[in-house]
Amino acid sequence: MTMPTRTLRLFAFAGVFTLAGLPALAQEHDGPQPPRLKWSFAGPFGKYDPGQLQRGFKIYKEVCANCHSLNLLSFRNLADPGGPDFSVAQADSLASDYKVKDGPNDAGEMFERPGRLADRFPAPFANDQAARAANGGALPPDMSVLAKARTYERGFPWFVFDIFTQYQEQGPDYIAAVLRGYAEKPKAMTMAPGMNYNMYYPGHAIGMPPPLSDNQVTFDDGAPANLEQYSKDVSAFLMWAAEPHLTARKRLGLQVMVFLIVLAGLLYFTKKKVWADVKAHPEKLEDNA
Amino acid sequence: MSGHSTYQPQGAFMKWLERRLPIAGLMHSSFVAYPTPRNLNYWWTFGGILSFMLGVQIITGVVLAMHYTAHADMAFNSVETIMRDVNYGWLLRYLHSNGASMFFVAVYIHMFRGMYYGSYKEPREVLWILGVILYLLMMATGFLGYTLPWGQMSYWGATVITNFFSAFPLIGDPLVMLLWGGYAVGNPTLNRFYSLHYLLPFVIAGVVVLHIWALHVVGQNNPTGVDPKSAKDTVAFTPYATVKDSFLMAVFCIVFAWFVFYVPNYLGHADNYIPANPAVTPQHIVPEWYYLPFYAILRAIPNKLLGVCALFGSILILAFLPWLDTSRVRSGRYRPLFKQFFWLFVVCCLGLGWLGAKPPEGVYVIAARILTIYYFAYFIVVLPLLGIFEKTRPVPNSIAEAVLVGDVPLGASAPPLRHG
Amino acid sequence: MTTVSSAEHTRRDFLYIATAAVGAVGAAASLVPLVSQMNPDASTIAAGAPIDVDLGPVADGQILKVFWRSKPIFIFHRTKKDIDEARAVQVGRLPDPETDQKRVKDGHDQWLVLIGICTHLGCIPIAHQGEYDGFFCPCHGSQYDTSGRIRKGPAPKNLALPPYEFVSDSKIRIG
Repeated sequence: MTMPTRTLRLFAFAGVFTLAGLPALAQEHDGPQPPRLKWSFAGPFGKYDPGQLQRGFKIYKEVCANCHSLNLLSFRNLADPGGPDFSVAQADSLASDYKVKDGPNDAGEMFERPGRLADRFPAPFANDQAARAANGGALPPDMSVLAKARTYERGFPWFVFDIFTQYQEQGPDYIAAVLRGYAEKPKAMTMAPGMNYNMYYPGHAIGMPPPLSDNQVTFDDGAPANLEQYSKDVSAFLMWAAEPHLTARKRLGLQVMVFLIVLAGLLYFTKKKVWADVKAHPEKLEDNA
Repeated sequence: MSGHSTYQPQGAFMKWLERRLPIAGLMHSSFVAYPTPRNLNYWWTFGGILSFMLGVQIITGVVLAMHYTAHADMAFNSVETIMRDVNYGWLLRYLHSNGASMFFVAVYIHMFRGMYYGSYKEPREVLWILGVILYLLMMATGFLGYTLPWGQMSYWGATVITNFFSAFPLIGDPLVMLLWGGYAVGNPTLNRFYSLHYLLPFVIAGVVVLHIWALHVVGQNNPTGVDPKSAKDTVAFTPYATVKDSFLMAVFCIVFAWFVFYVPNYLGHADNYIPANPAVTPQHIVPEWYYLPFYAILRAIPNKLLGVCALFGSILILAFLPWLDTSRVRSGRYRPLFKQFFWLFVVCCLGLGWLGAKPPEGVYVIAARILTIYYFAYFIVVLPLLGIFEKTRPVPNSIAEAVLVGDVPLGASAPPLRHG
Repeated sequence: MTTVSSAEHTRRDFLYIATAAVGAVGAAASLVPLVSQMNPDASTIAAGAPIDVDLGPVADGQILKVFWRSKPIFIFHRTKKDIDEARAVQVGRLPDPETDQKRVKDGHDQWLVLIGICTHLGCIPIAHQGEYDGFFCPCHGSQYDTSGRIRKGPAPKNLALPPYEFVSDSKIRIG
């Protein structure tokens, strides 16, 4: 078995990283894989589309927020750079539309007041138990990091290629697929009452009834008001909610990679120069000169 | 390798200091003038890379600790605060989490290098054993750190790993409760794990000092396995080894940066973005990738106690490597049969790693058992026997001779060398 | 080291200098996030946004205490007696000379808004105490008058004023 050193090193690196991709595969899948959609934030130059995030926010606000909280986001985040790009004034006005709990006041009571920029998005239910009671025992998960908390198994060798293609959008692809994936239950399958059949949800029985349908939400910018559009926009919004600094991360990444490649190149030639004498005249090596 | 120091302090202050605390002289003789074999290849740069990564982890860790809250009710949200609100918090967090993975990539390459070139053989046994201790400390530190975000995998991984100790008869259950500080993994567990996670890297740093000291007493191994015999065999550490280490460190950082900036969650698990829920176990509990081979070994054995023993045994057996390998020839370069078993061992480890992520059912269990048998057989059967029966290639008389004849590519047959 | 031509020498030096310089830039750049993370994070800055305070409930002679940016703010509804006392003082003889008029907003002489942190070493002075009917700091005995100016004791400066403005006659915005 003979292999040049470089190939061996490549083998070792590739092998180790193949190994490293494994925990993501822990789940078995017995249904179709979510289709890979095109996202503006995918790839090394990816960034969020503010228009899409604003549409996604509208969908969240009008539909999802009735059951799903967004606990880790504040109203001020809507005006942060690299996001939906609302102005500070718009975000402030949006915030004041909400009623936020505050207190206790001097009488010892809690009271409600209009939201401010610094406030977090209020949750639809007071606690988990109230949420379950209103949803047939199922707990609608908080959506702050949902897009990073969901994925699907890619299988070998795709999970190896994913390192190089930078495929990190499993979450939004999965969420969009679930939103579009409601269908008639196959006759052979038994499902508990109150559950809904979904092609992409693990186990195929999901507690949430189809939340979105055509013409449910109207958009100001003329985007199509159909399920396909809604599922894409809200998934993009959820990705932003989970990873608000993605644009800045990839931008800094480009600068760092360019810098490191330049540095590595310089160090390579420096190494060659330093070693030139030793390599050229190996027999002349005396006192560690 | 110690002669009298060639260091000459420059300037009045350095002369004054050197007489009282000769640290500059120590640095000079250890990392500047230190004679290094001239034929080291790039596999030898990973020791320096490991020291660099330890520094990265400690610095990013200390800085993250300024914002993290180690309380079961607040830990998950404090990590999200770091990701969202702290200036560059997202960068520091991803550096630390991916840094841990890169740390393990480097350590596995470093260990496989040692196994291939016989760097564990006499007189480097203590060096090797210190390395095994460092590896164990790294595994402990990584495990403790992974629990801190208090996600589903953090919580349940902690539950599974601490439950290992219940396998021991009599003392098992009280021991587990001692570790937990309660009746299950909970807030007391998180707090003590945080304390230990902060402590262990500094223990690692201390053992690294011993590791480098042990190395410098006996000197580096090299691809020929032949010790340096004269000044013709070595070059000064600075600039020759320094610049080589720096170059590969930059390349390593490119890979590191690729993960941090473009695929920061690839090496992690999506379930750890779900806050810990003691009432719901994830469908498949998986440890971080660097523990997967040992996880596969554990699950391959159907008996609970024996599985735990096999798990710990698979790591501890490394410490006996210097005595299990009976070959008189040090470097794998001149051991053609050993080479094949070695690469098979590498493939075996990768295979076990893949199986560690699979559910323990059907063909996966059978495969894991076969690979576990090979894993242990490599140490207990193959290496001892190879040393006795293998026909090795002729070893060069010196490093300089090997270099003069022409740098022998790994695996190619060496041209016949003159005797004497 | 074998002798080299001076041209090659310069080329080699340039390479070494360039490498060292690029390395140094990288090292300096990597310090930026490490230091920057210690600055107040986005939620702290957001929590320090301006606050509105309703002055209606504050009676004559009463002092309302609120927090802004984690600092105690004293909102003092001064009586005519307090204002006259403050203005009767010979400004030139104060340890930190400042007229009372400078410390209030035009047309709102009765409202004195101060940061309630002693300028000596940071304790919170107690209101309506001391020889000057103003504030008394129990830590080291500094005494302030009804304009919050230091009169006696180790504090070097008058109590500081936060940025504020009247959005209406009965409401101020601090910050």
